[in-house]
Amino acid sequence: MSALNKKNSSNRSQTEPAFVRWLLIAIAMSFLTLFLALPLAAVFGQAFEKGLTVYLDAIREPDTLSSIKLTLITAAVTVPLNLFFGVTAAWAIAKFSFPGKNLLITLIDLPFSVSPVISGFIYVLIFGLQGWLGPWLQEHDIKIVFAVPGIILATLFVTFPFVARELIPLMEAQGKEEEEAALVLGATGLQTFFLVTLPNVKWGIIYGVILCNARAMGEFGAVSVVSGHIRGMTNTVPLHVEILYNEYNYSAAFAVASLLAFLALITLAVKSVAEWKVRQQFENN
Amino acid sequence: MSIEIQHINKQFGDFTALSDVSVTIPSGELVALLGPSGCGKTTLLRIIAGLETADNGRILFNGEDTTASHVRERRVGFVFQHYALFRHMTVFDNVAFGLNVRPKSTRPSKGEIREKVMKLLSLVQLDAMAGRYPSQLSGGQRQRIALARALAVEPQVLLLDEPFGALDAQVRAELRRWLRRLHDEIHVTSVFVTHDQEEALEVSDRIVVMNKGRIEQAGTPDQVYEHPANPFVINFLGNVNLFHGRLSQQDAEQHGPVEDAVSYVRSHDIEIDRKQQDSTSLRAEITNIQKLGPTVRVTLAIAGNSKCVEAELTRDLFQNLGLQSGEAVFVRPRQVRVFVEDYQI
Repeated sequence: MSALNKKNSSNRSQTEPAFVRWLLIAIAMSFLTLFLALPLAAVFGQAFEKGLTVYLDAIREPDTLSSIKLTLITAAVTVPLNLFFGVTAAWAIAKFSFPGKNLLITLIDLPFSVSPVISGFIYVLIFGLQGWLGPWLQEHDIKIVFAVPGIILATLFVTFPFVARELIPLMEAQGKEEEEAALVLGATGLQTFFLVTLPNVKWGIIYGVILCNARAMGEFGAVSVVSGHIRGMTNTVPLHVEILYNEYNYSAAFAVASLLAFLALITLAVKSVAEWKVRQQFENN
Repeated sequence: MSIEIQHINKQFGDFTALSDVSVTIPSGELVALLGPSGCGKTTLLRIIAGLETADNGRILFNGEDTTASHVRERRVGFVFQHYALFRHMTVFDNVAFGLNVRPKSTRPSKGEIREKVMKLLSLVQLDAMAGRYPSQLSGGQRQRIALARALAVEPQVLLLDEPFGALDAQVRAELRRWLRRLHDEIHVTSVFVTHDQEEALEVSDRIVVMNKGRIEQAGTPDQVYEHPANPFVINFLGNVNLFHGRLSQQDAEQHGPVEDAVSYVRSHDIEIDRKQQDSTSLRAEITNIQKLGPTVRVTLAIAGNSKCVEAELTRDLFQNLGLQSGEAVFVRPRQVRVFVEDYQI
């Protein structure tokens, strides 16, 4: 079938004339250059404008270092948690049928359909000083909003769908037969999960984790609402970039921004490898 | 290990998959569940395995109720229609899986597992493929690995869901014979699901014919073929011609005073002749001739009847008779089964 398709795509009788094809490709490429490649180049250009020493100084600055640390901590907490939630949710949805399954699928998608600012506000409403739990938290001296726990919670909410969304279609496509075979052969539920289910979706998980990580490190809106922008304490990298920019400290702003841009490039590379592997797992069905 | 299936009912929403199914599978036999798609045969097989739960009814293994026991504890071997081999494991690891997942106390040593797996692989004639992955095997090879994997846990019962369904005709026929031979060697009680009557007749010791969630007939291949219990069974097992008519005085005495009856004649039980033999010979005209390898199918229009009749004869006989399309001949049914109209499906 795929061999047939390949044949068809190069078949002259079924394709457009050469100039139409080239025109379409040229439009797509110039659009990409204009809106994606150029800004990316500009970030790096601005970052290194005043030389490598200025660039390194900007990154070595204590407030920047603390924002990098906070971003890394946030990602280190949220990604494993969402990996766990995502895998369990996807497993439940793809391999079992139970009442409320559709509701669960809708709930998983909720963070995608809600503006990040609103997700941040939800936490201020619940845990803030004027919020439902605010007075109780203050009594017990627990800080959530305008502190690290709030940032982690907001990020957790925003990045929740990535792993589950990636795994559900893959697991559904692979069906239940292999799991049933494992059960009949005497495997326990956990053995089935770790020996059969997990290896089959390995690359799907990596793909989901990469996207989840990129979003966790780059999230601005939700985190901005709950962070309080306390320099050196509750500033993540994206927030720090904004502060530097607002202070007209352009080269420092772009230097820090270039870190996020690097992250994006690495994500892109790992993502394309994972994507290719996931497609293989789909095709092996 | 005998299997007793007692009054099994299964409902999927509004759809009745099985309704009051009872049948006994004697120990050591190879039994075919035969029926059209959607008749509930796969559901019944999955209920026996424990992969599906019956709404009510019981399954007994050797007289013991298994209803409450988990799939894991039933010790069945199940061969899935699409094999369900673990795609990320080598052939060796696939076959060894059932042994490797046992708790430490009952797990054989690495060496014993290795020996057992290699023995099974040579039983299915695939010892050379131990290091390959399922995607590198042909359909027939995958099927045999699936069987070896099911046998590795020494099941009390072997269940096969459409075991040859996804294979091409030649591999199918080969594997069919091979399964029969294998069963003669190991004698484990086996049930396989099929919609192919030829497969059921060739391989099994006993056939259970199913339709719309019910059992129509159970018996040896000869019983089911020679003495079909009802029109569905005769229809499903081979090509038949229908003749509507009234019962003669003599038959009516047997069947009671029923006016309309349908008689069924298998295609190969229709004789074609140039001369009228007796009163059962009917005048007919040949409308079409199809040559199907060793047999020839002749379509005839009966004089004074709008329906066509199909006759199947051997190529030799066809050539001896020298039949031509459009020729006027006589047909005579050699063997007729009569079912009164009420029972017609």
